[in-house]
Amino acid sequence: MRRVLSVIAGLIAAALLWEGYKAAGDPEGTVLFGVRVLPRADDLSMPHLWTILGRLTDPEMTGGRPVWIVVLDACLFTLGITAAGFLAGTLIGLVLAAAMQRFRIVERGLLPYVILSQTVPLVALAPLIAGWGGTLMPPWASVSVIAAYLAFFPVAVGMLRGLQSPSAAGAELMRSYAAGWWRTLVKLRFPAALPYLFPALRLAGAAAVVGAVVGEISTGTRGGIGRLIIEYSREATSDPAKVYTAMLGAALLGLLVAGAVSLLELPLMRHRRHVEVVTL
Amino acid sequence: MTAVVVSGLTKVFNQGRGDEVLALSEVDLTVGDGEFVSLIGPSGCGKSTLLRLIADLIEPTAGTVTVADRPAAQARREQEYGIAFQQAGLFEWRTVRRNVELPLELRGVSKAERRAKADRMLELVGLADFAGHYPGQLSGGMQQRVAIARALAVQPPLLLMDEPFGALDEMTRERLQSELLSICAKTGTSTVFVTHSISEAVFLSDRVVVMSARPGRITASIEVKLPSRDEAGRQAPVYFEKITEVRQALRA
Amino acid sequence: MRRVLPPVLFGLLALVLWEVFVTAGRVAPFILPAPSAIGAQIVEQKQNIWDAALASGANALVGLIGGTLLAVLAALAASRSRFLGEVSIPFAAVVNALPIIALAPILNNMFESTSSVPRRLVTGIVVFFPVFLNLLRGLREVSPVHQELMRTYAASGWTFARKVRLPGALPHLFTGLRQASSLAVIAAVVAEYFGGLQDGLGARITSAAAFTAYPRAWAFVAGACLLGLTFYLVTLLLERLATPWKQRLIS
Repeated sequence: MRRVLSVIAGLIAAALLWEGYKAAGDPEGTVLFGVRVLPRADDLSMPHLWTILGRLTDPEMTGGRPVWIVVLDACLFTLGITAAGFLAGTLIGLVLAAAMQRFRIVERGLLPYVILSQTVPLVALAPLIAGWGGTLMPPWASVSVIAAYLAFFPVAVGMLRGLQSPSAAGAELMRSYAAGWWRTLVKLRFPAALPYLFPALRLAGAAAVVGAVVGEISTGTRGGIGRLIIEYSREATSDPAKVYTAMLGAALLGLLVAGAVSLLELPLMRHRRHVEVVTL
Repeated sequence: MTAVVVSGLTKVFNQGRGDEVLALSEVDLTVGDGEFVSLIGPSGCGKSTLLRLIADLIEPTAGTVTVADRPAAQARREQEYGIAFQQAGLFEWRTVRRNVELPLELRGVSKAERRAKADRMLELVGLADFAGHYPGQLSGGMQQRVAIARALAVQPPLLLMDEPFGALDEMTRERLQSELLSICAKTGTSTVFVTHSISEAVFLSDRVVVMSARPGRITASIEVKLPSRDEAGRQAPVYFEKITEVRQALRA
Repeated sequence: MRRVLPPVLFGLLALVLWEVFVTAGRVAPFILPAPSAIGAQIVEQKQNIWDAALASGANALVGLIGGTLLAVLAALAASRSRFLGEVSIPFAAVVNALPIIALAPILNNMFESTSSVPRRLVTGIVVFFPVFLNLLRGLREVSPVHQELMRTYAASGWTFARKVRLPGALPHLFTGLRQASSLAVIAAVVAEYFGGLQDGLGARITSAAAFTAYPRAWAFVAGACLLGLTFYLVTLLLERLATPWKQRLIS
């Protein structure tokens, strides 16, 4: 509840800032030493908020469907790609975490690369994965690969921390029950890891959204919200409000995914403590 | 001069609400100069609350607290006491020496003097060799000794301790008890010491104050005169007699 | 040695397997070029990679510094009031879950698309949130023992902030910075996919891919990796210097 209120308060503050700057700012922007340091405030660069909202109900092109339906459609398309990537990434992350927990040598050899993979902008690979679409897999799946690549990391690291979180006493207790590795994993390590898993899943969800949006743009996959942003931004000179509607769609997508992951966590985390998970 | 005078002290938490708790009721206590007084009682008897009231960390609901003949708030501002808690509460980003220097720093003591005093205190608790270490590198017992050195750094006439040895093992505990006694003897510091260990209270104190719970009040005050406060003192018949006496007072 | 050896062996093994897989399996370069082909391109293109990395690196650095400064100021301001902290943390957390990078085309419209400002701005915005969130959490989290202790010292609000709150929040600041440093490079490179000025690594990767020069594109990706690694390692080094008490724990 408090969360919703604070988000609404933040939105109102952002809206006031937007309209306030539009009213007070120089329409041509502020240029210092030949560099424009404050943006243009004219209707072409910063349309009024009501213009943007109004644009949602107007048809996309003359005689076409209203913009909000087009945007929603694109959102759902990208949501599908994101979900596929998120699931694949989570699965890979979980398997990697279990393998690293089971075998010290795998952890030693692999973990540095897992961490390394996040410090380097491998999402830059996206244009190269484009080649896979249409040959190895359908084009949308190549975007999911990128989303999965971004999503696996927080899960792998968060889950590894979680699996390693039970005390030595807990592990010894399981040993005294003559429980093998698998039963220890299911009965002790996995439940103990849940408080670590969910914050990691939230990070993974956000990362998968970014991966899907960036992936669509660089692979040129049609039908999704990322592609819509690029298409609409090309029309910005004639129809400035349009690109903002696509932007709203991207934000909606982010919220949808974050909300879905939070819903997942609700029934399982009711009586559990919450932990901070730092993955990098 | 008396170190602490508490009279008619009452403390009510959450006053006027549904979960109102009468933590202390009409408590009177006097701690003489150079006296070592232990507060002992079951959990919830308000012994920590009493200590916090003397330290002016919380405000009394009724009654007065006088420390070194001044109101408690003034005594706190003039740093008439040093305090140590069950958790060492060291600042992990400061070295051991700089932790001990902190209260001096806040008093505006010059750098050279600060350092000299801190080193002397560290020597007193036997940690001179660890001045440059960070708290994270020390064991629990060593951390607690640093906290005691920090409490003593301003050379306060009064030392307030809230179960400072509660989290330590028995061996470390006994060693620190002896160290604390010798420091108090050397510096002439008065001490109010909260504990839930009967043997600790008897071994350390000139007087053991027994408290009871709901509402917290003082039920007995037992003078202890051990022949000596060392290994021989721990074996003396009077030591065991006093332990029995405190135990019976706690049961009553 | 025991810490270095497994990852090195693992890396070499992976490279060899990759090479064998590509050459023996006759994998087309647009699927996956061989490491040897990428290596050759790195040597051939090293001047271009260097120039593009400098451009992207400058964008990432300006965005990182600007975003961090703003985030630190905002977190300090928000930590002054309980209400602001409670409101801004969930809000920032929600915004942080949005694909901020998609702002790039809008910023290109609001500023000139021929200047570096939009890319730096989007980098700054991306950087802002992890730094702000982590630092604010750190500033709000003070141990009760420290609080009582400072009260017994009759320390004023400012002394308390300087001696307890700020040093205590330093590790949290660096947690945020570690995440932000790699995000900054990613944002600076990826922002170019959305249009705007094209002189960095992102533009080089897309144009090489468009010319089907895949080994060359991979060579620029390798450059981007090195750039990201540099940013991360420099941040780690700064962290070591700024929080010596954390490191000595390990030894």
